[in-house]
Amino acid sequence: MSVAPKQQSFEPLIVAFCCNWCSYAAGDLIGTSRMSYPANVRIIRVPCSSRVSPNFVLRAFQRGADGVLVAGCHPGDCHYVSGNYHARRRLLVLKRILEFTGMEPERFEVHWISASEGNKFAEVMRDITENITALGPNRKLRDIR
Amino acid sequence: MRRIGVFVCWCGTNIAGTVDIEAVVEAAKKMPGVVYTGEYKYMCSEIGQSMIRDTIKKEQLDRLVIASCSPRMHEATFRRTAAAAGLNPYLVEIANIREHCSWVHKEKEKATTKAIALIRAAVAKAAYNRELVAGEIPVEQRALVIGAGIAGIQAALDIADAGFEVDLVERTPSIGGRMAQLDKTFPTLDCSACILTPKMVDVASHPHINLYTYSEVEKVEGYVGNFDVTIRKKARSIDMSRCTGCGVCLEKCPIKVDSEFNEGLIKRKAIYIPFPQAVPNVPVIDRTSCRWFKKGKCAVCKKVCPADAVDYEQADELLEKKYGGIVLTTGFDTLKLDEFGEFGYGKHPDIITSLEFERLINASGPTGGKLVRLSNQEIPQNIVFIHCVGSRDKARGKPYCSKICCMYTAKHAILLKEKYPHSQTYIFYIDVRTGGKEFEEFHRRAVEEYGAVYFRGIVGKVFPEGDKLLVQGVDSLSSRTIEIEADMVVLAAAMQARDDAAEVARMLGIGVDTHHFFVEAHPKLRPVETHSAGIYLAGACQGPKDIPETVAQAGAAAAKAIVLLSKKTLIADPCVSEVNEEICTGCLACIQVCPYKAITEKTLDQKVHGRVVQRLLAQVNEALCQGCGSCTAACRPGAINLKSFSNDQILAEVDAVCL
Repeated sequence: MSVAPKQQSFEPLIVAFCCNWCSYAAGDLIGTSRMSYPANVRIIRVPCSSRVSPNFVLRAFQRGADGVLVAGCHPGDCHYVSGNYHARRRLLVLKRILEFTGMEPERFEVHWISASEGNKFAEVMRDITENITALGPNRKLRDIR
Repeated sequence: MRRIGVFVCWCGTNIAGTVDIEAVVEAAKKMPGVVYTGEYKYMCSEIGQSMIRDTIKKEQLDRLVIASCSPRMHEATFRRTAAAAGLNPYLVEIANIREHCSWVHKEKEKATTKAIALIRAAVAKAAYNRELVAGEIPVEQRALVIGAGIAGIQAALDIADAGFEVDLVERTPSIGGRMAQLDKTFPTLDCSACILTPKMVDVASHPHINLYTYSEVEKVEGYVGNFDVTIRKKARSIDMSRCTGCGVCLEKCPIKVDSEFNEGLIKRKAIYIPFPQAVPNVPVIDRTSCRWFKKGKCAVCKKVCPADAVDYEQADELLEKKYGGIVLTTGFDTLKLDEFGEFGYGKHPDIITSLEFERLINASGPTGGKLVRLSNQEIPQNIVFIHCVGSRDKARGKPYCSKICCMYTAKHAILLKEKYPHSQTYIFYIDVRTGGKEFEEFHRRAVEEYGAVYFRGIVGKVFPEGDKLLVQGVDSLSSRTIEIEADMVVLAAAMQARDDAAEVARMLGIGVDTHHFFVEAHPKLRPVETHSAGIYLAGACQGPKDIPETVAQAGAAAAKAIVLLSKKTLIADPCVSEVNEEICTGCLACIQVCPYKAITEKTLDQKVHGRVVQRLLAQVNEALCQGCGSCTAACRPGAINLKSFSNDQILAEVDAVCL
């Protein structure tokens, strides 16, 4: 095998699970208003942040994601009444476990972005991309390929 | 092997401008399971759709991936297209390469790579899509209208005229709302009461409308077609069936408090009818100020009532009702002016708000329509109006335009001049906005025929001098400082959402914007619907608007509700949870997290090694399940799954985007 490519052109891969009602809609809004954010983010639509099983996050890291984001409605504003509260508890535990495995905590984040917060959506995407670019590629939990 | 067809939309140049369509098509051809790849300028057009339909048949496609705009935009369209070609609509997947790709990324290379990744994910997911059949849910053919201002009245009348039962719930003792407080209406100068009160009477006498005044909605559960609502009928302390509305009690009651209807300009009694044309014309006892309820003494009203209608023992009543649809028409409040010290509101009786002015000039108002200075009961000579008090003011008020103030101030100027020809009005404005039929003409009339003097500029200070008010401002067009000795200053306070709008929204499961106005499903194409199916909006609870717009919106909301109620059953979304009984361990963690109580436990008799064993299992009520998927993430063995967002499907997407 050849030598690993130089690190300065590192483009991180970020998987974002967005709830259909708030964050996914905010993603649509930012598109409609023609603002931009880094193309490193790949969005997967889920009905609610509570649909995101820790399994999905682990699988993303396993398959080579350098960062994972879960975005849902603000606490109290869940389209399904209480889903994001469950997500909050569940994913906080996951974050602790990931930290325990030695992963940098910035690699897995949960944000609340409402359907009207297009700007926040872009901001979160820019921040997470920037942070993870600075961290470099993820090596924990990764498949040997 | 699957036979997946991928269709890439150019969306004119919206997608094709930043995404290399050719490269995307080439990449899609190599994706697993893809047997056909096509592209067209506008996939959603009739030509695009017929191309999809023909290809499904020709290539015997069993899954579709449409790479186009957001699924929130056209998923339903393409599902219908598939259904028209005989393919189950739930076998369609959308790759969002417009909002999430071409519109947000400028570099063609990166956008193309991302588009390919998104399509790969959609193809991977589509491979796991299953045929789903929509079930049916029954519709309770009865509507609830919350708030009985002009919007609620109009919506209730329209729905009732279509032949459906309507319950109209109003928090205050009478229907009528803000419009009942107004004097005349722009730009026609119809008397507000003359056009409103007949409608109020129609509501009261309509065979299909049940009126619940002095009542509040306390709990809303359920879903479209089947809302379970609890209404608290507050104790009126009057037996409505006995009261004749004679009004003796009102005269004899010894307690006086500020009248809400008259904006606190005069007093009302503790037992009161808010205004003479109130519907229902039955008094109510305000228990917070009534002497009987505070001290256990008095009972004058009970003694004088000839019909023996006063009932101190009456208690709040909780009604549990079922509705198919809900129209929300809760109206607006005006901004509190504590922050605007320079205008001196509250410090001098002659500095009033426009709504107070409206009461003062109203023939049925506290002064019988005689406009007087509240400080000395004299007729004012010079009157200064100030626009945009709190509107278009990011720092202290609201950033939005309250929309109606320019027009009602012009109306006030006209009414004043007509009533008192010697009076003079001065109006300070930022911009005069007169968008609307006959609005500009009306404003010009105020200036040209009625001599209203407009200054473009802001007022710096209002302060009392002698028995006058000195108004200091700047005319920014001539850069002059203006000083006016005014007898009265009228402030056009901003419209704002009700204090408890956010709570109401939470109760109903709908959204509010940053100013707590209720959010419509789409600002242009679904202006009266909310994101929660079966809940509709009308009037100023959705944003500042005038009476004609409110009435139009109420009619539209009623029409939407009628469309819903006219169906006996609705097609239920089949994307709900299902339990794999083979692997369910009966831990029932799913029940804990379900917000709709859609999961219950059941026992199953099963033969294991020749013995019958009882197993505890979870089961999903498909009519109640809304498809959030909370249970799926809580399920330890992974036995519960969400149709169309199953574990397999999402994991396949994850794998595909990470390739």
